[in-house]
Amino acid sequence: MQTPAPFEYERAASVEEAIALLTRHGPEARLIAGGHSLLPMMKLRLARPETLIDINGLADLDYIRVEGDQIAIGAMTRHATVLESAVLAEHYRIFAEAERVIADPIVRNRGTVGGSLCQADPSEDLSAVFAALRGQVVIRSVEGARTVDLGNFHRGPYETAVGDGEILVEVRVPIRTRTGSAYEKVERRAGDWSVAAAGAFVQFGDDGSIADVGIGITAVGAEHFTCAPAEDLLRGRPPTAEAIEEAAAICAASCHPSADQRGPVDYKRHLVGVLVARALNRSIARARGEAA
Amino acid sequence: MRVTMKVNGQETTAEIEPRLLLVHYLRESAGLTGTHWGCDTSNCGACTVWLDGAPVKSCTTLAAMADGHEVRTVEGLADPVTGDLDPVQQGFMEEHGLQCGFCTPGMMMTARALLDRNPDPDEDTIREAISGNLCRCTGYENIVRAIRWAATHQTVDSQEVSA
Amino acid sequence: MTATEIPPPDAALSPAGNPLGFGRMLRKEDARFLRGQGHYVDDLRLPGMLHGAILRSPYAHARIVSIDTSAAEAHPKVKAVITGAVLETLNLAWMPTLSGDVTAVLATDKVRYQGQEVAFVVAEDEYSARDALELIDVEYDPLPAVVDARHALDPDAPVIRDDLEGRTDNHIYDWEAGDAAACEEVFAKAEVVVAQDMIYPRVHPAPMETCGSVAHMDPVTGKLTVWTTTQAPHAHRTVYALVAGLPEHKIQIISPDIGGGFGNKVGIYPGYVLSIVGSIVTKAPVKWMEDRSENLMSTSFARDYHMHGEIAATKDGKILGLRVNVLADHGAFNGVAQPTKFPAGFFHIFTGSYDYPAAHCKVTAVYTNKALGGVAYACSFRITEAVYLVERMVDCLAFELKMDPAELRMKNLLRPEQFPYTTPTGWEYDSGNYPAALDEAKRIAGYDELRREQAERRAAAAEPGADPAAPLMGIGISFFTEGVGAGPRKHMDILGLGMADGCDLRVHPTGKAQLRLSVQTQGQGHETTFAQIVSHVLGIPPEDIEVIHGDTDNTPFGLGTYGSRSTPVSGAAAAVAAQRVKDKARIVAAAALECSPDDLEWEHGRWYVKGDPSKGQTMAEIAMASHGSLELPEGVEGHLDASVVYNPPNLTYPFGCYIAVVDVDPQTGQVKVRRFIAVDDCGPRINPMIVEGQVHGGLADGVGMALMEVIAFDSDGNNLGGSFMDYLLPTSMECPSWELGQTVTPSPHHPIGVKGVGESATVGSPAAVVNAVLDALQLRHADMPFTPAATWRAMQGRPLRPDLAIE
Repeated sequence: MQTPAPFEYERAASVEEAIALLTRHGPEARLIAGGHSLLPMMKLRLARPETLIDINGLADLDYIRVEGDQIAIGAMTRHATVLESAVLAEHYRIFAEAERVIADPIVRNRGTVGGSLCQADPSEDLSAVFAALRGQVVIRSVEGARTVDLGNFHRGPYETAVGDGEILVEVRVPIRTRTGSAYEKVERRAGDWSVAAAGAFVQFGDDGSIADVGIGITAVGAEHFTCAPAEDLLRGRPPTAEAIEEAAAICAASCHPSADQRGPVDYKRHLVGVLVARALNRSIARARGEAA
Repeated sequence: MRVTMKVNGQETTAEIEPRLLLVHYLRESAGLTGTHWGCDTSNCGACTVWLDGAPVKSCTTLAAMADGHEVRTVEGLADPVTGDLDPVQQGFMEEHGLQCGFCTPGMMMTARALLDRNPDPDEDTIREAISGNLCRCTGYENIVRAIRWAATHQTVDSQEVSA
Repeated sequence: MTATEIPPPDAALSPAGNPLGFGRMLRKEDARFLRGQGHYVDDLRLPGMLHGAILRSPYAHARIVSIDTSAAEAHPKVKAVITGAVLETLNLAWMPTLSGDVTAVLATDKVRYQGQEVAFVVAEDEYSARDALELIDVEYDPLPAVVDARHALDPDAPVIRDDLEGRTDNHIYDWEAGDAAACEEVFAKAEVVVAQDMIYPRVHPAPMETCGSVAHMDPVTGKLTVWTTTQAPHAHRTVYALVAGLPEHKIQIISPDIGGGFGNKVGIYPGYVLSIVGSIVTKAPVKWMEDRSENLMSTSFARDYHMHGEIAATKDGKILGLRVNVLADHGAFNGVAQPTKFPAGFFHIFTGSYDYPAAHCKVTAVYTNKALGGVAYACSFRITEAVYLVERMVDCLAFELKMDPAELRMKNLLRPEQFPYTTPTGWEYDSGNYPAALDEAKRIAGYDELRREQAERRAAAAEPGADPAAPLMGIGISFFTEGVGAGPRKHMDILGLGMADGCDLRVHPTGKAQLRLSVQTQGQGHETTFAQIVSHVLGIPPEDIEVIHGDTDNTPFGLGTYGSRSTPVSGAAAAVAAQRVKDKARIVAAAALECSPDDLEWEHGRWYVKGDPSKGQTMAEIAMASHGSLELPEGVEGHLDASVVYNPPNLTYPFGCYIAVVDVDPQTGQVKVRRFIAVDDCGPRINPMIVEGQVHGGLADGVGMALMEVIAFDSDGNNLGGSFMDYLLPTSMECPSWELGQTVTPSPHHPIGVKGVGESATVGSPAAVVNAVLDALQLRHADMPFTPAATWRAMQGRPLRPDLAIE
């Protein structure tokens, strides 16, 4: 079978040690958590880091907890943990719905939230989820911690705001009341990457209009995995079918899908419209306490 | 580097290259060829083993990552003392849940983990649980039945074993 | 034994609780597999064993300017680097294919498809061998690639096979069957003619275990042993003898446990030959196992037929004729594995299960810059393509006539009294009751109720304010006639080797038996089924019969397992061998009982004196007597064994009717197979459990091909299905819970009436799913696979070409 090229292996027992190792080994070192994005690339010899720094020992980064008005998710939290988290299920159904269609159950036992975000695959699902929820990531280095909005996190395909000598340690999402959320994905087969996927949350105001809304879109070249104009359009408006359709159409028109064996551009664009509308409609129903 | 890990309750150790994949450690260093591999992209699940109690794809796990941890493979499914088959193994036989046998070890490791968490899964739950294990022979029908068989025979068998 | 004498499943049980013959029996082979004790090629470790890896072409078509192996050779763990130039000195750079062509073992002049073998490294371990591949420097001069088969014969198309003398185009052959003139006449007069283009795209068998081998040329004895993933060990031995000029009696092919074959493991791949060359060069055992990408990109693909069908009928739906033109994409070398006389395999069985007089097909095969193969993936030598063609054409006709496809089929199916039936293209179907199978499938499906539900849903969808996301329901039928058990020696050979199979049965003194087979299981359960066949005839408990196979030194010659031929051919050989032992046992029993053989009667497992059942001899007693001091009649040798070569008088013709029910999301194009009903008639079922398992697997194949499996190529000839991320196999989530039924029509010419079943479901099921999807969409045709994108584009009237990159 395919095998990785040789590399040096280090193991970090703490975040500080991981940062020290990153600093010592320089830009050709890579952190490895679950490894389910990096190792296949290494086996194809498309990635050949000189040093791998194994951070699976950082159990203190494996948590999902409420901190004030936010939910904090440690970077080493496995996908399976996110899928089954009662805290996340209480606040945001979008997590379980997205996780259920990320890779497969065995991969989810190993893959991590931080690893998925840092891989920054343009078809990655959690990027869309966190973009929809307008999450923040916490990045640490020897200099200390800094917080980056999801909207500024992705710098392009496979590129993020995490710099040399830095490690993503946490993702945060604000807790919102009167909110519903949902995730919609079309894949060619269970476990495949998205042809397109969309997630949303909708928060109602006292007057029954949409007080706040977030839209996340993946696999179709949506800027920062979202569509701000569509969100702006909905904010403050009553959740009518027309408004939803209009917002979905904006999302479809503004993304930049590329053709591949998952589908041609016109189909992907069409799909964005369908999936955004579905995600919004189910979010609205859930915010109202209806089954969806 | 030297790694040491418990495999099926037995301490194993070997001097390895850091890049050695866990599946190769198990097959080459530990001599346990029951764990197979069928792809390079962590899609097929033939290489599924347990790492600290959870099924993982050993083709996408470094042996170095398992250093100091516990691994369980198909060779560790049957009772180590009596050699009696685990109900999952028995179920695969009773319901013809295998043909060529190549995906079977990984499939059974996934099934055992499922039943440990959910002793009475319905068909949909089983199908979802095994969706990361590809089988080219059975069309999955008899694998689902095999796991149902194991679910309905767990108590009986464990009583028999303890008796 | 004639068909009418087929006994019901044997009721009696053995001491171990197994049926004495036919019936559900747990598999003997499972014990080792369940404990991780299976023994596959990659599990083999020999002292001093080295590891090989293959450098492959990144280009689909390029001239090789130079190859520099010096850096690889300098790698401290590398033992040998072999290139085409090295092989040329051994006269091994090229080898014959199974279709009269040649193929490169390692490219010398040009590479002709992406993934073609360019160099072979032998090193101390696999990781080092792969490291060394990166140290080989190959300079290529890229050439334009022939990707679209429809342009392979264009006058300006690059000539792929300039290695063949005088070759000026990419044409391989034209072949036809049936009566073109008769078709002309029928089509000219027909009230209705429907024409349709369709592609059966390139797919891959993709068994879970990839291909590989361990070769050991013993430098002292000169004996070559090859442990290899082969479905046909004896054929491989002969080919190695012919290719390498090695003495055949000094070659032992061992095919241990095989992790699925489906036709992928019939061919001889360069890697196998290279492991042998590597062993000769290094004087050590050499293992080569391909990775998944190598498997998908370079070993035997399947299908790749571009078909144009035309069906003629009366207005009320009586089919009058069917004709088809095929453009067959064979890749860069003609490496199809099939009987010599049939370059398009058994495709000309495309007339299917229906009664009409006129049929004709013409097949044109071309070279393209793709991997070679064509016959694989449980296709019964291209009956898969044939069934797909006819079952799609019948549905196209139903669509145009606005007739229920079940009704149209019933109107045209062959009737039981027409068997044996000679088809317009010359096949003699042995037996069948087709209307019964269709009725049974409809009954299990609740067909009329399904059609009612569909009508209600369609009416609801037409209402104002209807949910635009409401699923579209589709019902698809496929009726197939298979032809398996190749085949009669005078008609069928591969590389000149007649397709008969040997079988040796030895009953030991204590009454336990060993059965040696030429066929090779890849999961079909031969160790169980063949023991049951012998048990059925002799009454020896199946647990007392050991089946030995997969080792050319220890089994009789035969052509192996593919084309669903094990039970029809070797199963017949085993039954005949058992019958011969039984006949001999009668003579021995008569001698022991001091009576005439004519005075003896048989009950299961025992010969006894007519009228005095207490006086008799069991098989165990007879076995001991035949090995003992009992005086036997003049001319009767001792011992109790038989050796048979079975030359089948005809193919057997299993058949069946499948019904798929799908739901299509009208907005996203996602298809869900809600139900799948499969009624199979493969004659009597030796082990119903195993038969059902075979059917289940094939049905999943149908879902795979209809919905997701395809290997497309971009305009540069890059393979777009080269990993399991790109070549999608169905998971447990896409497969419904299969609903099986059966009818039983024995084969009149098979000694125990059985027909074979291994490929029936793969052959029959794709059309059912495709017909269901198109029924849901209310479209006449679009090509599979119906990925969400393909389905949606079909709904838009702008269908995708499955064989090309999506743009």
